[in-house]
Amino acid sequence: MNAPLLSVRDLKTHLFLRRGVVKAVDGVSFTLDAQETLGLIGESGSGKTMTGLSLLGLPPKPAGRIVGGSIVLEGRELVGLDEDVLAEEIRGRRIAMISQDPMTSLNPVFSVGEQVAAPLRAHDLAQGREAADLAIHELGRVRVPSARERSGDYPHQFSGGMRQRVVAAMAIACQPRVLIADEPTSALDVTIQVQFMDLLEALQAETGAALLFITHDLGVAASLCHRIAVMYAGRIVETANARTLYGSPAHPYTQGLLDSLPRLGRRRGRLTAIGGAPPDALRLPAGCAFHPRCPHATDRCREAAPPETRLDDGHIVRCWLHEDGS
Amino acid sequence: MTLLALHGVSCHFSMPGGRALKAVDGVDLAVEAGQTFALVGESGCGKSTLAKLVLGLERLHAGRIVFDGTDVADLDRSGRRRFRARVQAVFQDPYSSLNPRLRVGTILSEPLTARGERGRAVQARTAEVLELVGLPENAARLYPHEFSGGQRQRITIARALVPQPELIVLDEPVSALDVSIRAQILNLLQDLQNELSLSYLLIAHDLALVEHTSDRLGVMYLGEIVESGPSAEVFAEPRHPYTQALLAAVPRPDPGHPRASGHVTGEIATALDPPSGCRFHPRCPHVMEVCRSVSPAVHTRRDTEADGTNLVRCHLAAT
Repeated sequence: MNAPLLSVRDLKTHLFLRRGVVKAVDGVSFTLDAQETLGLIGESGSGKTMTGLSLLGLPPKPAGRIVGGSIVLEGRELVGLDEDVLAEEIRGRRIAMISQDPMTSLNPVFSVGEQVAAPLRAHDLAQGREAADLAIHELGRVRVPSARERSGDYPHQFSGGMRQRVVAAMAIACQPRVLIADEPTSALDVTIQVQFMDLLEALQAETGAALLFITHDLGVAASLCHRIAVMYAGRIVETANARTLYGSPAHPYTQGLLDSLPRLGRRRGRLTAIGGAPPDALRLPAGCAFHPRCPHATDRCREAAPPETRLDDGHIVRCWLHEDGS
Repeated sequence: MTLLALHGVSCHFSMPGGRALKAVDGVDLAVEAGQTFALVGESGCGKSTLAKLVLGLERLHAGRIVFDGTDVADLDRSGRRRFRARVQAVFQDPYSSLNPRLRVGTILSEPLTARGERGRAVQARTAEVLELVGLPENAARLYPHEFSGGQRQRITIARALVPQPELIVLDEPVSALDVSIRAQILNLLQDLQNELSLSYLLIAHDLALVEHTSDRLGVMYLGEIVESGPSAEVFAEPRHPYTQALLAAVPRPDPGHPRASGHVTGEIATALDPPSGCRFHPRCPHVMEVCRSVSPAVHTRRDTEADGTNLVRCHLAAT
C-alpha cells in the first residue's frame, strides 16, 4: 500500500494560559490520501480548528504550542520545521486553508484579484502581469462569473457565496496538495451551501488535492466526506467511513449526536437529547472525557481514558464498551 | 383561536438615493393560540424584520398587526404596556443578549421591577421561572459568564417567561448552541409550550428543526411569503419551487442521500432591487415567460381550504 499523502500521529497542541493548560489537541491521529475528503466533526472547543491550525504550523500565539506528535506530508516531517521553511515551502503552498468567514478572511482594501495573486507572489510562482492573469484564471476555476471583469472589484461588491469562492481561489492558487476547509459553508444559506460543496468536489477532482473538512454540521459532512473523524475534548473518539459512521456509529457520543438531530420526515415527538454540556477545557473529567454525559458510563470510564479499538473496515473507536470486542 | 394575525404587513427602509428597501412586503399570517408558526427563509428574506415588527421594534409601513382581537396600533399607553408583557422574545445568541454585569436574579427580576413590582413576589417569580427552565435556585446569585451556552439560553427563556407571556418570538433559538445541547433546548421549549399553553412565532433557517417543531409555517423570499400552510402538508407536498428547492438543499445526515446539485442556481437577489415579475424567477427551474413580467397571484394550496392561510404564490399553481 502506498504511504498516505498526509499522516498525523499522536499530535498534541496545548494552550498555555495563565489559568492553566488547555490540551486543545491531545493525541490526534489520522491519515489523508490524495483526492480523499476527511470530515473532522466536533462542537466548539473540541479541538477541530486547532488541529487544522496545527497542520499549518499556526497554533495561536503566544499561548499555543505543538508539544508532541508528528505531521508527515509526502514523506516530510513538518513538526519542528523552521518557521521560515514552513512559510516558504508548506503553508499556502502544499497545505492551504479556506477559513470560515469570508467577511473577515478577505482584506477590504485590496481588490479580489490582488488578493488571489498574493500567495502566488509570496511563493514566487509568478509576478506582475503573469500573477494577475493567473489570479483571473483561479477566479474562473472557482466559477466566479466574468472573472476578468470582476477581478478588480473589492470584497464588499461580492455576495457571501461569491466571497467564499474568492477565498477558495486564494487557497488553490498555489496548487496545494492538502486543502483544509474550516466550516466553509456555515455562514452560507442552504441553497448556496449546495453550490459551494459542488465546487469543492469539482476542485478536488481537478487538482487531486486531499480535503480536510472541518464542521459541526453532521448533515453537511454526510453529503461531502468519504471518511469522518469525530472529535470530543481534544481527542478523536471515532473514525470510520461515512456510511459506517452514520449507519452504525460505535461511540456513545456519535450515537447521541445522531439521535438528537431533528430529521426531515419525522414530526413532533420529543428529541433524544444528550444530557449535560461539553466540558470546560481547563477542567476535563478524569478518564473518558465524555463519561459524565454517557448513558453507558462505568467505573472504568471514570478512571482511565479508553485506548483506540479497531473494529472492522478501518473503523476506530475510543470507548471501553468496545475494548474487549464486545 | 387566532392569537396573532398579520394583514398586509410591510416594512420599507429608505435608502440613500431615495430608494426603498422592501424588507417585508405585504405579509399575511396567523399564529393560533398554543401553536407554533414557523417563518423560514434564507438570509435577507425579511424574517427577522418581521419578528421585529411583531415585537414593536420596527415601524410598520403598511398593514395591520392584530393581537388577541385588537389592532396593536389602536392600543393606548397602558394597553401597549400590557402588550409588551404578553409578547416576549428569545434571541439567537445568549452570549450577547444577557448583560454580563448583572446577576441572573437581577436579569430575571427586571421585567417585574420595570413595572413597579418589588419584594417577595419578584423573588418568588424568579425562583419559579428558574425551576421551569431546569436551572437550580442558586443560579440567581451567579453571573451569565458562569454558565454554558445552553444554560445561558435557558436564562433568556426564563427571562421571557417572567411576565407570563402568551406569545414568544423565538429568533433562531438554537442555532448558536452546540449541536449536542440543541435537543435539550428544543425539548424544553416544547415542554413549556404544553405546560403554559404558549404560542410561538419561530424564526429559523433549519427546515428539519421547523418540521419537527412547527404546526404551521410560512416560507419567505425577498420580503414575501411565497408559501404557507400546515407544516405537515407543506413538507409532504411543497408547491412552490422555492420551497421545493429549500427542502432539497437541506443537508441530511445520511451519506446515501444525494446532494441536490443544480436544483437551484444563482443567488438570492437583493430586496433593494428585486427581480421583476415573480421575485424567484431568475433562480427557478420551472420559470415560464409570464414569470418574468407578471407578479404571481396568491392561490390556495388546496381546493378544500380557502381561509387565507394555506397559500402559494406561483403561476404554476394557477393551472
